[in-house]
Amino acid sequence: MKPAYFLMHLKKDLQLEWRSKDAINSMLFFALLVVVLFSLAFDPTRAVSRQIAGGILCVATMFAAVSALNQAWARELRNQVLDALRMTPAPAASLFLGKALANFLFVMVVEVVLAPVFVMFYNLHALGNAWLLLLVLPLGTWALIVNGVFFAALSIRTRNRELLLPLILISDFYSSAAGDGDVGVGDSDGGNRIRCLWIKMLAAYDVIFTTVCMMLFEVILHAE
Amino acid sequence: MKLWRWLWLLVTLGVLAEGFRVALFVVPPDSAQGNVQRIFYYHIPSWAGMGLFFAINLGCSLVYLAVRNRNEALAIKADSLAVASAEMGVVFCFIGLVTGSLWGRAVWGIWWTWDARLTSTLVLWLIYVAYLLLRRFAAGPQMRTLAAVMAIFGYLDVPLVYMSTRWWRTQHPAPVFGGAPGSGIDPSMMPAVWWNLAGWLMWGIFVASLRYVSEYRAQKTEQAEALKSLEFAPGQTQMAGGRS
Repeated sequence: MKPAYFLMHLKKDLQLEWRSKDAINSMLFFALLVVVLFSLAFDPTRAVSRQIAGGILCVATMFAAVSALNQAWARELRNQVLDALRMTPAPAASLFLGKALANFLFVMVVEVVLAPVFVMFYNLHALGNAWLLLLVLPLGTWALIVNGVFFAALSIRTRNRELLLPLILISDFYSSAAGDGDVGVGDSDGGNRIRCLWIKMLAAYDVIFTTVCMMLFEVILHAE
Repeated sequence: MKLWRWLWLLVTLGVLAEGFRVALFVVPPDSAQGNVQRIFYYHIPSWAGMGLFFAINLGCSLVYLAVRNRNEALAIKADSLAVASAEMGVVFCFIGLVTGSLWGRAVWGIWWTWDARLTSTLVLWLIYVAYLLLRRFAAGPQMRTLAAVMAIFGYLDVPLVYMSTRWWRTQHPAPVFGGAPGSGIDPSMMPAVWWNLAGWLMWGIFVASLRYVSEYRAQKTEQAEALKSLEFAPGQTQMAGGRS
């Protein structure tokens, strides 16, 4: 039996990344730069810096992801691969899902590598909110990636696409970023109720946007 | 057609003047806030206008996506109306943010706070500005399709804005209309709300209709020019072929 179409797309993207390691390397380096820059901007030994560390992690990943997402579809433009993909009998949604899953994995790798560095640099308590982070990180990352891959496809055919993607993505991602940052920072007296609400919000956001993206991706792909 | 537009403008100006008079000189000041509350009569119509025009934008975008391959004339009309209404919505949203900010300065002592309502509204404004930018950065029918998709995404933020004061404890006041039991304003203040609501919506419709006409003409011209260049093309290739 043939594997599902989206698994084939996923496999292709993982293979590409395994050979070139473009996305992960550039993201890692970029995120590391952001971390270092923030430590210059805010005194990292102060208590305040520890409180905003979650936000910094969120921002660093986001900027890094945007830099990689710009390339997510651009690499398909070479040799007219994108046109070939458009002519395959596979549904457009599966192409989107494969691409989104691949990029989700790349960004998760970056986050997993980056998180210990973060804990080290900002003197965080390694197991403070670990279980919460395990829940929030994938949810927030998926929210970012699902929108990012979609808008990257949307802006691929426009002028100034490097500028347009962050413009659209950051304004749209903001609603989930607010939740992401809030839970990530999650001080102990914040109250579990509010935190639960944010996590539910984030999950709802993921479900809604994944659905809408998959429904509308065909329109984007064939927009001529 | 032109006469109607002038008449509409005259009536709109009349209603706005009456709205101004009623809001500032007729209805009583708020018992707690005093005269500052009167900015409410400009704040509410802005959000009503924004809600109306972003909804029109969504409707037109959906129509455009549905008919773009079957009925080109209708698609161009829908797309032109989508642009006009998005621009009008952005203007209303901006006026709402500014009036809210002025009120906040007087009542809270600060221009801005990052609570759920204010933040989500600012994000909504940013999304629609990004929508208008997207229209500038791409060209032709594919831009219209991309923009229509973007509009659907943008509108997903509208329910969030609307529900934000209900879901979270915000610094922004709880909903005045349609909120908890006992919400609403004194009946003696309602004339100011109605006159300004009518006046500003009429103003918005007037400006949007002007923008619609100009956008529609621009798109028709663009289409005609594209067709013209296509018609010329075969002759030119023939000439080029003859020379070679």
